[in-house]
Amino acid sequence: MELLIKNGIVYDPINGIDGEIMDIAIRDNKIVEKVDESKSYVINASNKLVMPGGVDLHSHIAGPKCNVGRMLRPEDHYKDVEPKTQVKRSGVGYSVPSSFTIGYRYAILGYTTVFEPANPPLKMLHCHHEFKDIPILDKGCLVMFGNNWFVMEYLRDNKLDECAAYVAWTLNATKGYAIKLVDPGCVEAWKWGDVEFLDVLWGRPETMDEPVPRFDVTAKDIVRGLCKVNKLLNLPHPIHVHANGLGTPGNYQTTIDTMDCVKDLAKEDGPIIHLTHVQFNGYAGSDWITMRSGAHEIMKYVNANKHVSLDLGQVIFTDTTTMTGDGPFEYKLHLLTKNKWTNSDVENEEGAGLVPIHYKKSNFVHATMWTIGLELALLAKDPWRIFMTTDHPNGGPFTHYPKVIAWLMSKEARKRTLEKISKRARSRSDLDNMDREYSFYEIAIITRAATAKILGLKDKGHLGVGADADVAIYDINPREVDPSSEYKKIRKALSKATFTLKDGEIIVKDGEIVKSVEGRTYWVKPSVPEDLMNAMESNLVKKFRDYYTVEMENFKIPDRFIARSSPIPTHYS
Amino acid sequence: MLVIKNIVCPICGCLCDDIEATVEDNKIIKVKNSCSVSATKFLNYYKERNLSPLIRENSELKPASIQEAINKTAEILMNADLPVIYGFACTGCETQSVGVELAEEVGGIIDNQTVTCHGPSALGLHDQGMPSCTLGEIRHRADLIVYWGSNFQESHPRHLARYSALSEGRFRKGRKDRKLVVIDVRKTPSARLADLYIPIEPGQDYELMSALRMALQFDEIEEESVAGLSIEQIEELAEMMRSCEFGVLFYGLGLTMSRGKERNIDMAISLVRDLNKWTKFVIMPMRGHYNVTGMNEVTAWQTGYPYAVDFSHGYPYYSPGETTFTDLLRRGECDAALIVASDPLAHFPKDVAKNLCKIPYAVIDPHLSMTALAAEVVIPCAFTGIEAEGSAYRMDTVPLPLKKVVDPPSGIYPDEEIVSMILKTIKSKRR
Repeated sequence: MELLIKNGIVYDPINGIDGEIMDIAIRDNKIVEKVDESKSYVINASNKLVMPGGVDLHSHIAGPKCNVGRMLRPEDHYKDVEPKTQVKRSGVGYSVPSSFTIGYRYAILGYTTVFEPANPPLKMLHCHHEFKDIPILDKGCLVMFGNNWFVMEYLRDNKLDECAAYVAWTLNATKGYAIKLVDPGCVEAWKWGDVEFLDVLWGRPETMDEPVPRFDVTAKDIVRGLCKVNKLLNLPHPIHVHANGLGTPGNYQTTIDTMDCVKDLAKEDGPIIHLTHVQFNGYAGSDWITMRSGAHEIMKYVNANKHVSLDLGQVIFTDTTTMTGDGPFEYKLHLLTKNKWTNSDVENEEGAGLVPIHYKKSNFVHATMWTIGLELALLAKDPWRIFMTTDHPNGGPFTHYPKVIAWLMSKEARKRTLEKISKRARSRSDLDNMDREYSFYEIAIITRAATAKILGLKDKGHLGVGADADVAIYDINPREVDPSSEYKKIRKALSKATFTLKDGEIIVKDGEIVKSVEGRTYWVKPSVPEDLMNAMESNLVKKFRDYYTVEMENFKIPDRFIARSSPIPTHYS
Repeated sequence: MLVIKNIVCPICGCLCDDIEATVEDNKIIKVKNSCSVSATKFLNYYKERNLSPLIRENSELKPASIQEAINKTAEILMNADLPVIYGFACTGCETQSVGVELAEEVGGIIDNQTVTCHGPSALGLHDQGMPSCTLGEIRHRADLIVYWGSNFQESHPRHLARYSALSEGRFRKGRKDRKLVVIDVRKTPSARLADLYIPIEPGQDYELMSALRMALQFDEIEEESVAGLSIEQIEELAEMMRSCEFGVLFYGLGLTMSRGKERNIDMAISLVRDLNKWTKFVIMPMRGHYNVTGMNEVTAWQTGYPYAVDFSHGYPYYSPGETTFTDLLRRGECDAALIVASDPLAHFPKDVAKNLCKIPYAVIDPHLSMTALAAEVVIPCAFTGIEAEGSAYRMDTVPLPLKKVVDPPSGIYPDEEIVSMILKTIKSKRR
């Protein structure tokens, strides 16, 4: 099948294309040099915005905690339903949508690749189960290691190679994509309800050097250790870190400490640590009264240090569901809000929790959180190291992305919202003085090009020859529209793609799903020297018996459970 | 002779995954590590099997071909105004998944055994959330283990040894490091193993939990006794819970299906939540059928809700009490059914079961169950987890792959394939 997108106004930052009028030729599932127009299906894209399909690197779309979220919140679904059509399965929204609905709604936004950021190894099969039912999107899952007993013990005993072999074995067994750390060390303490230790970490950021009770290893050791492991395994994505002290005033310092503790491991060629949903980790002040934005301090560090990348975790004023592997944080949020609360600790590994929340403009803290996310983006000098997310659904559902883009592209849009938020938050924020407005080119960077690059997906996020034919076409003329004043047009156009192409097939037309296809599952297959792997594995047999309640054989996920399995091999060095 | 190891046991919510079976001539002749319930299943699954699809003609079930049975089932479902697709707790997630799609296709209702067991747990979760963990956490950390309204020795025979009081963990070396409390209306075999057995007056669970919550806050309870317990006993129990390092409350049908139902679970979750202000405490339902948890999971990720989902509007609609199979039957609102991996006629209340006999329904089951005997169509299937692959969720939502240990009898398909064939037939007839 050949397809030609004609005369689109193309933004393809990886190939340096900034709003040129050009044609994109597609043969089967790839972008090619050219096709025979007379034999091709032609999409007339004149006066339309053409970008690579969106790539989201951090959105909670599948796995145990999403499903607890669905079960926790029937009230979330009643108000937002998706009827069955000839091509679509039915489903529900809103902040914790059912699986099919996630695929359709992302595709309508022009997104074609989305990564689930946090699953415990033991429950990875659940994630793959749900991946099978998320249509259209290419997916991958980050696996949590930051509170893993075996990892902590290897690092305590300075057994870095064994640790790397163990991480490789687990990624391979569970078909995961990258190393995720969530509140390293603290979730283990939380499993004892160890409030004293957590108080230390919640209250005094400098205590990333405090040893985790019973394990004699610090949060800093874990971050550094796994960063080195990542390097040994040559994984395509850097370590993906949810730093300690999330949601606590004063935590911006912990975020900087986390970035700084791996500075000496930096390589020439780009970030070695990704700090996620930094808005939630960017609070200055010492309590909820004195809380203010720590965005300036964080961005000062990020702008000066190339070994770091981050994503926003922007807050939207709406009713949503917080869900994270950070069990202790969710308990704290439950105590603060008195909202219903779930907790799911996982043996040997990690934890998770959920609490519903409604972000209100009138609430000083919520409003301040809203300003921090935008400040981070506006202060960033290098858009290749900052990515747009709402940490769906923690900051708000991904369906609100066009709103975030409008805020980034228009000072006027920000002002309109600023006028309505808590006065105290407004007066303490610097947002009003920030004149920067993102261009379409920069938006293309922070929503697809840079995210594809940091995930190490070479065929994604661009429209060069050989790229996967994932394309989004929006009904807006970037040469005519003035985003600054016409931000509502931006919001509208980006909410419903005119066309979304996935692997060369038309999936969305005029904002409606017209076809559904199965997406790939990316996972890494790291190779490790055989003797090292064998030695580690023979030790692991005993550890499994001692510590897990499942057999090692049943922990490994058989290939039959993986939807369109796409392994990426990596080499040990 | 072939020895197959690490088989996941498809019986109860424990999903023990260390079963070892010896297979000879496509028959399991020996099992290791099984409890008595599991061993009985593994060694007898092939006996008294119905090996032919059956269709009712002149009030008698007569042998038919698989295609005839599938066509007839499709016809029953397509001719109905509100068909119910029910069951699935004793089969793999893959079958469950097709079941949900079938219900959506026919604009019917998908429901499962949760309605007669832990429906109140789902409702409790909606209202209060649920502080919980995986079973390994209990093995490693719990020093106080409370079973409330659960006779685990008979319903989950290896629960104590694998996951709780008798297990050896990283921080607890076994039985001596733990305190076992059983709260029940009678002294069950499980209660006899307890360090502390608390007999409770039937139907007084809610009251006792309320009293415990008061005692935790050092509130004065202005009663002589609650649920048959003196105030001193209650305060002592509250103190025991408050002062442990890691406590767990396992609860069974004694709590979900007695007076109070979902209110009991609300209160139990609230109690555990309160306890977290003092120490670490978790709560876990003792799910019975081996993959009823999986059915809740599958239904939730596909529709947003764990059971009783109505597709008659074209989108998922959920209202337990309105869209639950038992209530639909009681009110005579559904007019056909497909029952998979379940025997509701043997378990539903009498008036509900009676109404089930009034509507046409088809059954897919390895055995000729009581429900099958009154069906219009019966389609025999393979035993998932013994004769067919699949996957299932343990009571603590840990997913595990199910093995095919032996081949099914010839001409017998896995239920996943049968439900898929019905779905395909309906789709082709519609388009």
